[in-house]
Amino acid sequence: MKFVCFHLMPYRPLDLEAAKKHRSAWVVLPNSFYDPEKGAAEYDSYLDQLTYAEQLGFDAIGVNEHHQTAYGLMPAPNLIASALIQRTKKVQIAVLGRALPLVNNPINIAEEFAMLDVLSKGRLIAGFVRGIGAEYHSTGVNPAFSHERFHEAHDLIVKAWTTPGPFEFEGDHFRLRYVNLWPRPYQKPRPPVWIPSMGSRETVVWASAPERKYPFMVTFSPENAVVRYHNMYREAAQTHGYAASGSQLGWAAPIYVAESDERARDEAKAGIESLFNNFLPMPYEMLLPPGYTSNASMKATIKLRPALGAWPRQQSIDELIANGTVVVGSPATVGEKIARVRDQTGFEILITLLQFGVLPDHLARRNMELFAGEVMPKLR
Amino acid sequence: MTEGADRLITRGVSVRTRRAGKGAPMLFLHGAGGWPAWLPFFDRLAQHYALTVPEHPGFGASDDPAWLRDIADLAMYHLDVLDQNFSAPVHVIGHSLGGWTAAEAAVRNSSRIASLTLIAPAGLRIKGIPPGDIFIWSPEEFEKNRFHDQSFAAPAPPVPANEEELDIALQNRLAAVKFGWQPRLFNPNLDKWLHRINVPTHIVWGREDQLLPSAYASLWSERVPDAEVTMVEACGHSPHIERLDPVAEKILAFIDRVRP
Repeated sequence: MKFVCFHLMPYRPLDLEAAKKHRSAWVVLPNSFYDPEKGAAEYDSYLDQLTYAEQLGFDAIGVNEHHQTAYGLMPAPNLIASALIQRTKKVQIAVLGRALPLVNNPINIAEEFAMLDVLSKGRLIAGFVRGIGAEYHSTGVNPAFSHERFHEAHDLIVKAWTTPGPFEFEGDHFRLRYVNLWPRPYQKPRPPVWIPSMGSRETVVWASAPERKYPFMVTFSPENAVVRYHNMYREAAQTHGYAASGSQLGWAAPIYVAESDERARDEAKAGIESLFNNFLPMPYEMLLPPGYTSNASMKATIKLRPALGAWPRQQSIDELIANGTVVVGSPATVGEKIARVRDQTGFEILITLLQFGVLPDHLARRNMELFAGEVMPKLR
Repeated sequence: MTEGADRLITRGVSVRTRRAGKGAPMLFLHGAGGWPAWLPFFDRLAQHYALTVPEHPGFGASDDPAWLRDIADLAMYHLDVLDQNFSAPVHVIGHSLGGWTAAEAAVRNSSRIASLTLIAPAGLRIKGIPPGDIFIWSPEEFEKNRFHDQSFAAPAPPVPANEEELDIALQNRLAAVKFGWQPRLFNPNLDKWLHRINVPTHIVWGREDQLLPSAYASLWSERVPDAEVTMVEACGHSPHIERLDPVAEKILAFIDRVRP
């Protein structure tokens, strides 16, 4: 199994009570809540944590992109990735991912990823995502064209990485007379591409196609949904005419390890509940703007949540542990829970979120040490 | 008129439509919320005119052709509708997004339009006077903000009664977003060309409109030659619903005065 130490870089100094008066920590939460001096200290802590992950033996360290939110302080994750490259030697750097539909010229993403790949001498893992619904509000990009823009930007970036330039790209959304990447990526034929997703059949079928075979990362989902999506990927691969390998299946989850189940639950509680009840919630209008998912997927969501506007639902750590959205407990408990999913799906990429919500540094670091020292070896 | 029971078919695109009344042809173009139920306002119009109320393609249960990408496509489609379904120039009434569409059509070609009535039309932007953001409002906020007189607002947002209604609601939201997300319900080039509208034009606005501020009425009247403005006091975004009697009377009087 391959282990990624992943970070969202939340803004922990947020006044949670005052922020609750706003409709979400996304898009509309005034940035007067952000103090740049405290923000600088947050970057220091988080970069130290991710650097420490290399010493602890993780295979990769990961960052991601979010805009106009206290949930994550990396609107430009490649800047963080660049800093991490300078602080590390061998660990892979996973950017999970860049939001392709949100940019006006996807070549910027192709160029920056190529630079990171060369700077790191081939340590980059390139994640491609569509951004979340709220980011169509914060960037102004029309969500009705989200899928089209994603696919077209993807085609352009991969072609720019792998086809000798200059060439002309003739898309519906992106039209470029000259595509001729300097620098080209270090890895041949290109950096590995991973697809993190909240899960949708369309994405699974697309990612698993034989010409792509992109590893698919299920994020923030209950255990039964993780199993369902992994199996959906395996079935899609069968339909495409091949058997998917475990290295194409990933699971991203908040994880917390302490000496005992009880201690782990108590120490993780504030961090987990702030993640799910303060940093993540947003109303339906932000989460799923029309076009962001197909009408069919939208309908499925509405049926699950008939009272539109009833968001946010408060979730307790006990609920989240019980349905397996988070993995919290002693080293033995956490190891068993992860092994149980692996036994069902054979997934081989685990993306661990070991700092979450307001979880302070000393607990995050101890969590990383215990996970790396006592859980990782048993799962390898 | 191209009859398909209750469908209007133009160059292969089939949309739902309702028709009533006799007389000179009249077309009502609906707003971003979708094809309305039959309104008392329509009865008033149908007493004097042959009224057609089509659903826009892309909305509800009408065709959603792949070529339909933006408001310009919708406007050109409606020019085809005017050419192919009516033997005489048509009195066009448009509300909100429908008013925007009518104006986009009229700047391109007014020859099939007898008169233009724009009720709280979208389509323009005055810097510093932002419209309400219908795409971020909750259903409750939307219902409240639609009307000045809250007795017109539903106590709770309507919930789709069945699968078909849900499909229609989702398709309406998708179409509104496709046409209006960016730039937000306007075309930055439209005001440059409004002088090309060479038919009698009537701008009708609710003074207390929370979706599209009534300050926009003055920009329309500056740009469209000889446009007449009716400002409806103590009224929200749908004057033809909220102030039915005076608004229907004003609209009919204007058209009666300018009809050829």
